[in-house]
Amino acid sequence: MKLKLPRPNLREAGDKVRETEFWKSVFRPGSIFRRGYKDTQRDRALAMMNNVLYHLHPVKIKRHGLKLTYTFCLGGLSFFLFVLLTITGIYLMFFYRPSADIGAAQAYSDMLQIRNSVFFGDLVRNIHRWGAHLMVFTVSLHMARVFYTGAYKPPREFNWVVGVILLFLTLGLSFTGYLLPWDQLSIWAVQVGTSLAGYSPLIANQVKFILLGGIEVGPETLLRWYVLHVLFLPFILVLFLAVHFWRIRKDGGISGPL
Amino acid sequence: MATREETPMDQAVFDKTMETELGKGTDRRVAEGRARAAGVRAYRKAHGEPEREAKPAEERSHAPAASAAGGDGGAAAAGAAQVPAGAVAYAAPGAAAVRTAPPPTGKVPAPKPGAPDKHRLLALVAPEGIQRVEREQGDRINVFPHLLMEEFVSLLVMSAFLIVFSTFVNAPLRELANPNLTPNPSKAPWYFLGLQELLRYFHPQIAGVIVPTLILVGLMAVPYVDRNPSTKPGDRKLAITLFTMLFMFGAVLTMAGSFFRGPSFNWIWPWGQHTSLFFDL
Repeated sequence: MKLKLPRPNLREAGDKVRETEFWKSVFRPGSIFRRGYKDTQRDRALAMMNNVLYHLHPVKIKRHGLKLTYTFCLGGLSFFLFVLLTITGIYLMFFYRPSADIGAAQAYSDMLQIRNSVFFGDLVRNIHRWGAHLMVFTVSLHMARVFYTGAYKPPREFNWVVGVILLFLTLGLSFTGYLLPWDQLSIWAVQVGTSLAGYSPLIANQVKFILLGGIEVGPETLLRWYVLHVLFLPFILVLFLAVHFWRIRKDGGISGPL
Repeated sequence: MATREETPMDQAVFDKTMETELGKGTDRRVAEGRARAAGVRAYRKAHGEPEREAKPAEERSHAPAASAAGGDGGAAAAGAAQVPAGAVAYAAPGAAAVRTAPPPTGKVPAPKPGAPDKHRLLALVAPEGIQRVEREQGDRINVFPHLLMEEFVSLLVMSAFLIVFSTFVNAPLRELANPNLTPNPSKAPWYFLGLQELLRYFHPQIAGVIVPTLILVGLMAVPYVDRNPSTKPGDRKLAITLFTMLFMFGAVLTMAGSFFRGPSFNWIWPWGQHTSLFFDL
């Protein structure tokens, strides 16, 4: 005798799930997860309009904006790197203490721990480090691309200014992060970099003192730059990013074509 | 639009109705409205003006889109003609630009017998409240799936590259920081090495303060200095030449500071007798 097992009717079950109050509360009316997706113009538009990405992208863009050799995706990749650096950075924060007291530099021993015994610590740290260098690179190239396509011309002048601020914030983030390993490379790089602040006119010593939290690079500098690196600068950067993205759409989307 | 005071009404009827309504204990505002309506109606009756009748067609065309003939006891109709032609969804500057609808083609539906020929005013939008969106339709494509797919692929390529690279190349970590032991050479991060290179040639105040400030301010000022409206590379030879020169200048300085500076920040050839590069990321 053959045993007959009841077969689950997946389609019916799916319909039932989509009918629940909870499902309806998650996906807005018109969402493709509510009504199913057909590859029509209407559903392509709805897929965008009921998506959180609608904050960044309109439903339609100019066709030439899709051409890889126009943008090289540099702005998008810079943003993606920022997200990736945030994620890897948060992971590293679980294992890092920004203290550098003489004789007991927690920061450095935590770095060794991250390299040697933290689960995937080495890989995550490498991604964070290389990603940061890469981000400085992509942001600079993004600026060059915007210049060569003349995308800073009216009405996009102000967004170029915001972009320049973002470039300098990126440099600031990268430089503050450079100190955190607390090895010979980082403190001397910071020593060299901040010695220039000592030449600013009139308020040289004050500027240097504020930057270092002392007269030379020390434990106070580490704490200060740690806070700048993980909280202050990312916060400012996100604010400017929001303005940057908002202005792209308000100024008429992607520039061009050439 | 016309204020209520402009509508002629019978003052005696108004006062009487007001008194009655207030006597009934009606709210003052409601009572005032009712009294006013009664006053206007009485005035119309006395002056032979038919109550709630639509304006003639030619007069109606002066109140575009949100034509308000008849509604609100005729007051709005009188007012709508004075509206600065900025009625709903129609922002012609000045009354001169009033559009007349073309004569209807095909079968014109006959109105229902006995139906009041009236329109109601929905909203009035001042012309300055309307943002005119001027953009050519152009050749547009859906962001989903085309752009999103492209972005997703570039994201995957970037992640794959970073993960593979990070698996095989370790980020540098030297020995514990020692403020008493200066490494030779000591270098800033690579993106500042151009400036550090400049320090060899100029006073620190120039290389370390003035040049960076000029770069920051100069970059920000680019769109306000370059007033050439064209984006065609052929029309922008000067701008492109200048930018390329500066970018290359920065790149060359950075490379020089990174690869061609050895102990004491002296010039070396990376392929020379030194076995290691004096450069760490």
